[in-house]
Amino acid sequence: MIFYLLRRIVYTVPIMLGVAFFCFLLVHISPGDPLVAILPPDASVELQRQLMTLYGFDRSWPEQFFGWLWRALQGDLGTSIATGRPVADEVFRAVGNTLMLACLATLIGFLLGSLFGFVAGYFSNSWVDRAASALSVLGVSVPHYWLGMVMVIVFSAWLGWLPPTGAGPGGSDQWAWDWAHIQYMVLPAVTMSVIPMGIIARTVRALVADILAQEFVVGLKAKGMTDSGIFLHVVKNAAPTALAVMGLQLGYLLGGSILIETVFSWPGTGFLLNSAIFQRDLPLLQGTILVLAMFFVLLNLLVDTLQTAIDPRIQR
Amino acid sequence: MTTLNAGAAPAPVYERSAGFWSGVLKKLARDPVAIGAAAVLLALVLIALFAPLITPHDPYQTSLLKRLRPIGFENFLLGTDELGRDLLSRLMLGARLSLFMGIVPVLIAFVLGSAIGILAGYAGGLANTLIMRTIDVLYAFPSVLLAIALSGALGAGIGNALLSLTIVFIPPIARVAESVTTQVRGRDFVEAARASGAGAFTIVRVHVLGNVLGPIFVYATSLIAVSMILASGLSFLGLGVRPPEPEWGLMLNTLRTAIYTQPWVAALPGVMIFITSISFNLLSDSLRSAMDVKN
Amino acid sequence: MSIGMSVEHIGADIHGDRGGPAQPLLSVRGLVKHFDLKKGFLETLTGGGKVVRAVDGVDFEVLKGETLGVVGESGCGKSTTARLLMHLIDPSAGEIVFDGETVGSAALPLREYRRQVQMVFQDSYSSLNPRLTIQDSIAFGPQVHGVPRREAITRARDLLARVGLEPRRFAERWPHELSGGQRQRVNIARALASEPRLVILDEAVSALDKSVEAQVLNLLMDLKDEFGLTYLFISHDLHVVRYISDRVMVMYLGKVAETGPAEALFDDPLHPYTRALLSSMPSMDPDRRTEEAPLAGDPPNPIDPPPGCRFHTRCPFAEPVCAERVPALEERAGRQAACLIHEADAGHSRNPTAIYAA
Repeated sequence: MIFYLLRRIVYTVPIMLGVAFFCFLLVHISPGDPLVAILPPDASVELQRQLMTLYGFDRSWPEQFFGWLWRALQGDLGTSIATGRPVADEVFRAVGNTLMLACLATLIGFLLGSLFGFVAGYFSNSWVDRAASALSVLGVSVPHYWLGMVMVIVFSAWLGWLPPTGAGPGGSDQWAWDWAHIQYMVLPAVTMSVIPMGIIARTVRALVADILAQEFVVGLKAKGMTDSGIFLHVVKNAAPTALAVMGLQLGYLLGGSILIETVFSWPGTGFLLNSAIFQRDLPLLQGTILVLAMFFVLLNLLVDTLQTAIDPRIQR
Repeated sequence: MTTLNAGAAPAPVYERSAGFWSGVLKKLARDPVAIGAAAVLLALVLIALFAPLITPHDPYQTSLLKRLRPIGFENFLLGTDELGRDLLSRLMLGARLSLFMGIVPVLIAFVLGSAIGILAGYAGGLANTLIMRTIDVLYAFPSVLLAIALSGALGAGIGNALLSLTIVFIPPIARVAESVTTQVRGRDFVEAARASGAGAFTIVRVHVLGNVLGPIFVYATSLIAVSMILASGLSFLGLGVRPPEPEWGLMLNTLRTAIYTQPWVAALPGVMIFITSISFNLLSDSLRSAMDVKN
Repeated sequence: MSIGMSVEHIGADIHGDRGGPAQPLLSVRGLVKHFDLKKGFLETLTGGGKVVRAVDGVDFEVLKGETLGVVGESGCGKSTTARLLMHLIDPSAGEIVFDGETVGSAALPLREYRRQVQMVFQDSYSSLNPRLTIQDSIAFGPQVHGVPRREAITRARDLLARVGLEPRRFAERWPHELSGGQRQRVNIARALASEPRLVILDEAVSALDKSVEAQVLNLLMDLKDEFGLTYLFISHDLHVVRYISDRVMVMYLGKVAETGPAEALFDDPLHPYTRALLSSMPSMDPDRRTEEAPLAGDPPNPIDPPPGCRFHTRCPFAEPVCAERVPALEERAGRQAACLIHEADAGHSRNPTAIYAA
């Protein structure tokens, strides 16, 4: 198992290099000169050249890539063209907010999804099953940005229960664990949870139905095992896969939160990406994408590692 | 012929049973969910095709006096948008770009991804490793992030959005294509074909394609729903279609300001995206179970 | 579509004999296939790596018009040999000569060789493309070699009739609609479609029910006479091999242990391995029931074959010399055996040099 893990880690390195190279390329596939966005139209040639050197756009590609990679490894993701602040600072401030939201959403999605999936799998082919399956199809089909809007319409505009946008009273960006702040998180987190909920419900339903249909479970029943005993047995067998799916979903939410953060003006990485795109702040775009993608790759590795550790059947 | 059935004029009738695909169609025709979803999609496609002929109003005609009217206002069946344009007409015309932007990337990715995956799967060895590791890099990005990264870097516009979405869908399709091709390649009939002296191209054309395109296609159809949501999402962010062209995601974005004044009007474009993506998902699920030999 | 016509048609090509009846149809010399073992993490680091010696220096001949049976336990290299002969995998070393011409030479390009040599696989379902009708599967080979489609289809229907499947009922059916025996008949027809001279049957009847197996065996024997074919018949079933073969080759751990005429080999095996193999054969005849101990255990790992004679670890007559000296495959009176007992001056105590000297 140790060898499997080592191999898995070694295998991850080229993927990470490739991901880094792709992020590096992002700046180069974009049309036009990124400096144009910040330069006044009448900027002198001298000023242009200075800025070119400052951002490193005048050197050769490999030189730029490895220089960029080396600096990125040391935590230097460059300077935001729009704000003039280090990209790393901007990203790490935002990533905490996104992580908080994505974790809460994954948790809600996992709990509800497992519940629906379990009930559906336990009573497979009954009306409960069909209802839960329909719900999970709705979950994976709904445009979540639209669902966010509907949530705001219902719970803020109509019922007035929860604040529509932002991450704290008066647009504060200082997070605190009190109701004044938490209530801002409810709508985006619930909206976001719909996607993992549908997928986890599907997975758990299939797992449970599968385990219950296996001969050894029939044998356990024949031997007079109680329902709660069988329940425990099913949970034990379904948990590793369900947890792995949950981990991956967390990764997808981290990367996919941009639309929901935009709807709710949540000050996370999605919001950051949005402003990077509209101000054509390419270093910021590049840095944010790099951090999120690396997070996703590492999360995949972690999920694989944990799954190998938990599930004795996977001994590659 | 003459020696065997001398005098018997009619040519021998060869018994023939239905092929695989006609069997799948028959199963689909008996599936009420599939028929419902297909009917909805057909209606949407017809609306999109004939939109200019059947829209009740000019979808581009603005009116400062009739902005954000409610559903059923005068003869505006679904109200008006923030510039006073008839929402029903815009939703009908919007079906064109929305469906186009959702379906076309998956179609192109189906062709390119299948080609890449089949090539890698059939070639095996070093070529396979090189191709698939490159694909893995793109696959290491969550799809939403990849789409936004690419179209964010390339800039707004229909072409760039299509390109970004195509790149997003090539890796998953190529992976599926590679894995089914690798499976088929190991079967004895491919060995037998090689033993007949057939070249790689002939074997792929006659023996591999027929066995792998079905599963790849089913997988690709399951991506159309995702593509619809993503494409409209890009427009929602302002990265896809540009105003004043009607597109559901873009309409949803511009109507966002109206959620307090006309909430139901503002939510309508999203309903269209929702209906379309559910229909594609249901049809894809039905297709998958119709193709499953076990059923 | 007169059947008489196409017999002549098929027959004409089959007798495209070059070297005359005395020249072996197939000569295999020093055939070797080593598979690289999938490297583990450590081997990748250290650069090491082991090989599986699936086929490790095999020499034999297939004579024109005969059926050569190949037997041995699973893992002895018989199927790898078949795939090497078909050039489905490339040999690590060795030479295959077909009717006097080296395969792959200008006189006999691989493509032409593959028309003249065909193969029937064990798994009747996996060897038919599920998306092609029966007739299209059979017609594929001839079309590859330039036969127009209409003609290839006609030939396919003729061959279906020849293998006992009514063309009108079966030609346009799909593989999954047929039984295992019917599918194997289709596979035989498919192999015959490109008018081969040599047909390699790799466990071709092993997956069939006993009653069906007998029918297919008889069909094979009829077809052999009708089309003047030569068979290389690979099977683990000794009864079947004895029934169909003219000569038999026994393989053990990637090497040839013994070859000889079927009757002589079954009645009086030379190699202790052959004897052990035969004694594991159940018999209905009480007089022929086994007295010797059958083979115990599994064959050794082909990654690390034993030194000297590969069978010495399981041989009842093994002596120290067997672990040191590799026995040569020596020919005596039309039979060959690779055993030190039969090798002159090999130093084995049971070596009755006198038997052959006499």
